[in-house]
Amino acid sequence: MWEYTEKVMDHYKNPRNVGEMENPSAVGEAGSLVCGDALKLYLKVDDNGIITDAKFQTFGCGSAVASSSILTEMLKGKTIEEAQKISNQDIADALGGLPPEKMHCSVMGHEALEAAIANYKGEDVNMHCDEKIICKCYHVTENTLREAIEQNNLTDLEDVMNYTKAGGACGQCHVAIQKIIDEIQKKKEKVDIKNMSVTQLVLKVNNVIEKHIAPELRKDGGDIELVDVKENKIYVSLKGMCKSCKFSSNTLKNFVEASLKEHISPDIEVVEV
Amino acid sequence: MTEKVVYLDNNATTMVDPKVFEVMKPYFCEYYGNPSSMHEFGGKVSKAVAKAREQVKEFFGANDAKEIIFTGSGSEGDNMAIRGVLEANKNKKHIITTKIEHPAVLNLFKYFEKQGYSVTYLSVDSKGNLDLNELSEAISDDTALVSMMYANNETGVILPVEKAARLVKQKNPKIKFHVDAVQAAGKIPLDVKNTDIDLMTIAGHKIHAPKGIGALFVKTGTLLPAFIIGGHQERGKRAGTENVPYIIGLGEACELAQKAMDYEMTEVKRLRDKLENGILKTIYNAKVNGSTTNRVPNTTNIGFQYIEGELILLHLSDLGICASSGSACTSGSLEPSHVLKSMGVPFEALHGSIRFSLSRFTTEEEIDYVLKVLPDVIFKLNNISPYQRELKELEAKHNK
Repeated sequence: MWEYTEKVMDHYKNPRNVGEMENPSAVGEAGSLVCGDALKLYLKVDDNGIITDAKFQTFGCGSAVASSSILTEMLKGKTIEEAQKISNQDIADALGGLPPEKMHCSVMGHEALEAAIANYKGEDVNMHCDEKIICKCYHVTENTLREAIEQNNLTDLEDVMNYTKAGGACGQCHVAIQKIIDEIQKKKEKVDIKNMSVTQLVLKVNNVIEKHIAPELRKDGGDIELVDVKENKIYVSLKGMCKSCKFSSNTLKNFVEASLKEHISPDIEVVEV
Repeated sequence: MTEKVVYLDNNATTMVDPKVFEVMKPYFCEYYGNPSSMHEFGGKVSKAVAKAREQVKEFFGANDAKEIIFTGSGSEGDNMAIRGVLEANKNKKHIITTKIEHPAVLNLFKYFEKQGYSVTYLSVDSKGNLDLNELSEAISDDTALVSMMYANNETGVILPVEKAARLVKQKNPKIKFHVDAVQAAGKIPLDVKNTDIDLMTIAGHKIHAPKGIGALFVKTGTLLPAFIIGGHQERGKRAGTENVPYIIGLGEACELAQKAMDYEMTEVKRLRDKLENGILKTIYNAKVNGSTTNRVPNTTNIGFQYIEGELILLHLSDLGICASSGSACTSGSLEPSHVLKSMGVPFEALHGSIRFSLSRFTTEEEIDYVLKVLPDVIFKLNNISPYQRELKELEAKHNK
């Protein structure tokens, strides 16, 4: 049995704004019968761009109905611009939270909202068709995955499965999903070093040296020591065999600096002392 | 949730029969001796365990009480049988099972597949029935074991295990044949005596004994290495001091189930059919998944088209009705029932599949209550569905 909040239970037991809308200003759909989750969202928008009415029809579990129901309540009275800012996390929060395995229900709500807004603006709602599908079982596109991972700061495969359903069936796309997670996480780690305190930067530099640089140099009988850090300049001294090696300047630029650039920031410059 | 509980989820687990509980009680604080002890106090317990083994033997329809090993669960019995046969036949690397097995068997086969075994997963047709020709063609000189469930937990469909065992032995008498009878036990007679079945697993908690006890039938002459190494208990196959009260409970539960077999096959069946027919009559988007002729008497699996199973269960639960679903959302795995998928049940019925499973404790009033309240639940949920056009078509067809 799932641990549903009172709010979730209230909304699946007494869903608000159920049904088809006559002459809607916009319609958005997400999910499919195959996935076991499908949502149709109808919006009525007045001349000032304010959503005056929202209705839904959902094929799905308790939390899918609750997510749809609360979304229609959240939308009423908002402008299209305001509605555009609603994230899947906002939907989950409004319900007092969802079990991790059910977060994909809030994602479906968000997708239907995006589709409805696109429809309202006259954009091609089928633009998703051109996208690369990563999870073939549940038709999850790369864009959907990236959005879910970035917005919710997802770090592992299981979280991504819970939020998007991707990878939940045959599992063939697990490697591809992991690649996307790694890529996004790597990007996140590369922050602007101007916003970093000296201590933070020193710790990061030291970490990269110990993990990625020193072990390689030690293989050839060399070593490296961090001497100082000033703004974007990293002062290091090469030890052991590296000291007398005639290729040391090469090592410094092409390996030490390149590694630090890759792992921390492209702004970094390495200086030998 | 209302106070009254209508329990129609007996394929998940059953109530312990109060009569079973009664006979277990003295073996906690009164007769707590170790059956292996030399003193009379333990000897008395040993006799009680022997009686229980006799009761379980009768239930299986086995020749000899020595053929019964007490286990801790159905999954343990399946593991003991399958792992044991493979350990005893290490030179053979092909095994056969079906696509619709319980995870206790299916995941074990997947494990052995990863270990390098070649595995044949037999398919079923849209009614859930097996094609014995497919089995016949799959058998080879390298086959060590065939494992097949007696009745499917989700649909109740009965597999032809006796015929399959005979066929296997005719082709190659060295192949061992295991039957997971967890869902058949107590619903149809087992009677292994005159069959070619070598091993058969049952679980106590599906037949009104407690959870944590089961039994494995191992035909005399079947080589099976120790599953738990240690003392001499269970003829050295499963060491560890006997779970005496639960063994006594299982023995009693087997005897009671045997006595209730006629009731099960007539009265429980009548109530199940009443429920099923009532639902099909009043609810236009309901259809039965699986064979209706070749089934255990207590189970019906109904697909409510275009609405989702978890949502139905949540609403039923509020009315005190316990059932279960093959929908993806209830499992946490995101994957809908592998059984219904193997049968090719279309997605609109697959996600809305509900299993009702009765027991000899199910009453007519309970079935009447479900038939009274269920249509309103389904029609309310139909109204939420985005597939109104499809539902209207089903309604029109139903009213014709």
